[in-house]
Amino acid sequence: MSHPVSDHEEAHGPHIVSPKIYLLVFLALLIGTTLTVVASYLELGPWNPIIALGIAVAKATLVVLFFMHIKYSSKLMKLTVVSGIFTFLALVGMSMSDYISRAWGSF
Amino acid sequence: MDSHAIALNHAEEPHHDHPAHLRHHFVSLEQQNETVSFGMWLFLLTEVMFFGGMFTAYLIYRNWYYPAFVAGSHTLSIVLGTVNTGVLITSSFTMAMGVWCAETKRQKGLIVSLVLTLILGFAFLGIKAVEYQEKFELHHVPGAHFDAMSFVHPKAEAGQPAEPGLPLDMARKTEVYFSLYFAMTGMHALHMIIGMALLSFMIVKAARGGYSHGNIAFVENFGLYWHFVDIVWIFLFPLLYLISRHQ
Repeated sequence: MSHPVSDHEEAHGPHIVSPKIYLLVFLALLIGTTLTVVASYLELGPWNPIIALGIAVAKATLVVLFFMHIKYSSKLMKLTVVSGIFTFLALVGMSMSDYISRAWGSF
Repeated sequence: MDSHAIALNHAEEPHHDHPAHLRHHFVSLEQQNETVSFGMWLFLLTEVMFFGGMFTAYLIYRNWYYPAFVAGSHTLSIVLGTVNTGVLITSSFTMAMGVWCAETKRQKGLIVSLVLTLILGFAFLGIKAVEYQEKFELHHVPGAHFDAMSFVHPKAEAGQPAEPGLPLDMARKTEVYFSLYFAMTGMHALHMIIGMALLSFMIVKAARGGYSHGNIAFVENFGLYWHFVDIVWIFLFPLLYLISRHQ
């Protein structure tokens, strides 16, 4: 009876991400690290922190999608991750908007 | 009654038809794995909020005391920070390969991947310890022995001209930067230590063939944890080490 079960797992089991994809993501992360170090030595004014965070977000997205399998996960899992990021950004964004706007009108 | 109907359906099949690690309150292995991963992701979201609080504090103080944060950041070794970033990303890769080996039932590959991940974890903490030690020697650790004078009268380093000094009140705010530096890298290091303890446990279990029979949920969900710790560092590295390096 074990044979039909393993067939069933072959057909509908969890998606197995191949080592090739892991290797490509790994190389992309190393390139991203190099880019962020190089970018920090360039005089880009207000763009320095934006580029640094942009590269970090891109690297984190690669890790979540491929190393953490979210690209191949169910909609429930995708929605869980997105809702978590949304809540995090809402909390940080509202805290920062308070600190940025607190002194408005007092000058 | 629904439950009765399910019981009847199951009665038609032999009981030993499902793997031993499938709990009886789950319909299928897929549902069980999905549920466990869902729980793991909820835990990771609480971790996002935990680190998010420190990141928010960092953003606010960085805006308030920007010159102090630049000066503090420039005392960190960019070489050690970059190497450590590479070490941690590599450990994430070896962990991902470990999950693949577990999924494809490669016991030796799994053990090798986990051992490499553990070694890279030790390498990361070793480099971190070297960095921490330098901070103690320079009296840059917040507390009674903190000394901001090196930011008022910076010394010229080998081959490089001295950075311009800060006014005393701003120089004292470097203590805020180093408080956040130790809080954030310290909590990150604690997460790595916990992860390395779990890695050691998994290596022993893998060597005994514990993941050869299909129940690899622990390996997969530990992978999620390890990658999360990597993501935290992906943000810590540019925010702590790379503030205005061009100045």
